[in-house]
Amino acid sequence: MIVQGLAFYMFAAIAVASAVMVISARNPVHSVLFLILAFFNAAGLFVLMGAEFIAMILVVVYVGAVAVLFLFVVMMLDISFSELRHGFLQYLPMGGLIGVVLLAELLTIVVGWLISPQVGEVRAHPTPPIDQLTNTHAIGRILYTDYIYLFQAAGMVLLVAMVGAIVLTLRSREGVKKQRIATQLARRREDSVEIKKVQPGSGI
Amino acid sequence: MQMLQIGLSHYLAVAAILFTIGIFGIFLNRKNVIVILMSIELILLSVNINLVAFSVHLQDLAGQIFAMLVLTVAAAEAAIGLAIIVVYFRNRGTIAVEDINVMKG
Repeated sequence: MIVQGLAFYMFAAIAVASAVMVISARNPVHSVLFLILAFFNAAGLFVLMGAEFIAMILVVVYVGAVAVLFLFVVMMLDISFSELRHGFLQYLPMGGLIGVVLLAELLTIVVGWLISPQVGEVRAHPTPPIDQLTNTHAIGRILYTDYIYLFQAAGMVLLVAMVGAIVLTLRSREGVKKQRIATQLARRREDSVEIKKVQPGSGI
Repeated sequence: MQMLQIGLSHYLAVAAILFTIGIFGIFLNRKNVIVILMSIELILLSVNINLVAFSVHLQDLAGQIFAMLVLTVAAAEAAIGLAIIVVYFRNRGTIAVEDINVMKG
């Protein structure tokens, strides 16, 4: 229990600290790296709660794909990031006020929260005991049966996102020489080589 | 020893703090769209922490399914958002939020 508590405080503290660094780092590349750290620690929190599958998905999807995507875009865009920092202090009081109010409200909800004793009777999918069925196995059992349509819809969302991203960023640039195999193969000797008789002493 | 008893409210508090940091980041980085996108990712992460915490606490697996769907949508949103940023930068040469006012009447 003590180890669990200490691990919770470590993961939570690092996650919150790196989240603060995400929004306050000067260099967006550092922001992305701190975002990766925050996601890793959130995955640690998920493991601590006993949701291993979500934790691994978080690491694979976020650290492996989304964060690297962010990193690529940040490095690809040629922006002077120091200019983007202007006005940072200007927005600090208003943003801080809204943040404090929001946090106070959320914590009020958390503290004042009471869970109804009858809530156990309306479970959609009770978690099986961990010694009978692992977390991943249990999720697979309900994801591919009861939530199959949502699963397919999620796949469709990802497909649309992929197509959309490609359509948005694809461009055919002018003046780029590319190999066109069809035209190469269609070339004939008569089209490309011309034999001329050149009289001595005169040009063509 | 009382502090080391980790319950639901601890996870909810962490999620609330992360959510607030995300909102705060949107206000603070009014010029950098990429950091705003990252703040949105933080907000979605805190939502996921909430969903999984309730799922574990109430012994109901449906919350973890929802967390996965939120994750999917977040990935799609990041891909589309970054694509829009790349296209916008290609066309205008800037991604400062204040300069994005072409559709302003």
